[in-house]
Amino acid sequence: MLKEIRIHGRGGQGSVTAAELLAHAAFTEGKWVQAFPFFGAERRGAPVKAFARISDEPILVHSQIYTPDYVIVLDHAIYKVVDVTEGLKKDGMIILNSRKKPKEVGLKDCRVATVDATGIALELNLLVAGLPVVNTSIVGAFAKATSEVELASVLKAVKDTWSGSAGEKNARAAELAYERLAKGW
Amino acid sequence: MKTVVKQEMLALNGDEAVAYAAKQPDVDVVAAYPVTPQTIIVEKFSEYVANGEVETEFVCTESEHSAMTACLTASVTGARTFTATSAPGLALMHEMLFVTSGCRAPVVMAVANRALSAPLNIHCDHSDTMAERDSGWIQLYAENAQEAYDLIIQGFKIAESQEVLLPVMVGLDGFTLTHTLENVQVLSDEVVRKFVGSHQIPKVVTHEGKIVPFKLDPDNPMSMGPIALPNYYFEFKRQQEEAMRNALKRISQVNEEFEVISGRRYGNGLLELYQVEDADVAIVCLGSTTGTVRTVVDELREEGVKAGVLKIRAFRPLPVEGIVEALKKVKAVAVMDRSMSFGGGGGAVFHEVRHALYDLTPHPNVVNYIYGLGGRDTSPTQIRQIFEDLQRMIQAKRVGELVRYVGLRG
Repeated sequence: MLKEIRIHGRGGQGSVTAAELLAHAAFTEGKWVQAFPFFGAERRGAPVKAFARISDEPILVHSQIYTPDYVIVLDHAIYKVVDVTEGLKKDGMIILNSRKKPKEVGLKDCRVATVDATGIALELNLLVAGLPVVNTSIVGAFAKATSEVELASVLKAVKDTWSGSAGEKNARAAELAYERLAKGW
Repeated sequence: MKTVVKQEMLALNGDEAVAYAAKQPDVDVVAAYPVTPQTIIVEKFSEYVANGEVETEFVCTESEHSAMTACLTASVTGARTFTATSAPGLALMHEMLFVTSGCRAPVVMAVANRALSAPLNIHCDHSDTMAERDSGWIQLYAENAQEAYDLIIQGFKIAESQEVLLPVMVGLDGFTLTHTLENVQVLSDEVVRKFVGSHQIPKVVTHEGKIVPFKLDPDNPMSMGPIALPNYYFEFKRQQEEAMRNALKRISQVNEEFEVISGRRYGNGLLELYQVEDADVAIVCLGSTTGTVRTVVDELREEGVKAGVLKIRAFRPLPVEGIVEALKKVKAVAVMDRSMSFGGGGGAVFHEVRHALYDLTPHPNVVNYIYGLGGRDTSPTQIRQIFEDLQRMIQAKRVGELVRYVGLRG
């Protein structure tokens, strides 16, 4: 089964890295994957998108994703300015970085899960250039919400990407997000 | 007998896959200048050099014109040579592309297909390589990162074949392939080295009657690419055309030889047919769009529509007979062009495919779709729309507009 994932964030938040981590995690489980950025003009702070595909079979399609199965939102405020539900499949799922409970978010016609990725980053002092790192933890949350990838695969992907203490800290963030994810269904 | 070897599966983007392939067959010289979206190729390759993983001489040049000059001059000394570039870089190489093919230097080059300015755009289309289709280079186009990897390896073997001796450019769609992470199966260095073989240099007779390798060598001095006035120039060009004809056969052979070791085969190496055999409607395209078309063909087949896709893998040399054979029973054909031939009445691929079908009676109705310029995304919905247009064309028994635009605003 082909699963399509769209990631919304702001330039600098690591949306593309999140897509690649997801793909790497699924790849380590023997899946066929794709991960790619939205090919636009990325600017720090501006709303950006990235995409990932996961499948049991080779993936032929090479277009952007228009009808995602899952949407990941890295920035807690972005869903107010960007239609993050656009094209989302029926019974599709949105995983949101937010302190709110899923029912408080106010998104309709989809399953919503939330996790305070920003809070986790601050708690772990996981900062880059003074900004909280949220992309690694949200991938852990994705594993919990969707069961498309195992947490262990996410941790492996994180540690393969960053060695040493950075890898450990990011992996811990993914674990915490996995534990703390709140499902609204 | 199949002797497919065990391969490692990696997650690589198209650029990384190309760099990985270029690292394997003992390349002597890489001369390059980085340009988006090709940059990762030269970055990766310079890492291999810095880490001592290859013994390649890496030449950082001040421009692409110089990069191609360095590749040409290295190649004619007998060095196996590789480079990579993209739109503005390829355009700057223009003069040296002709010199390289004219000197019969078997340089292999990856081109991350990208739009040409103005307005400035770094995203995918085929304006860059289509503008160089008459430069005397073999042109092969990759559908995905795996094929980009495979084509670079095959490229060395094709280019260096004694009956060919032509430079090869491998096109891979900018960003859509260069920056997309995908599963890529890689062969071992040893298997690739053995497959490509050592660089065999043909022997020629010097003016003194000595039989020597055809390369610049202080012990056996000779000139390459010297002046040829109206008395000889024409014959040189005719020979290049002969080499292109030989390349048709060689590309097919190398495709088959590659299947023996890798288990991967791409049609006959020149064209890849998918559900074309009994198709009423077919799309002709090249590059990464082919995969998207395949998925739409699958959907349409389930709906009972006889749709197919013909992928052109080798645009130079163009397999004219193969195109005729593939499309002779198809009723309506859409040729997709990801570049413009301004004022030419359609794109380059359209001109050539339609020309190939001229002698068929009756011949299919052929229309042109210009698409995806400057990285405009090509969705399955757009592809479906093209197939629907073709079906309507058959029903109405009327062709209508020959040149159309898909995904264009307004």
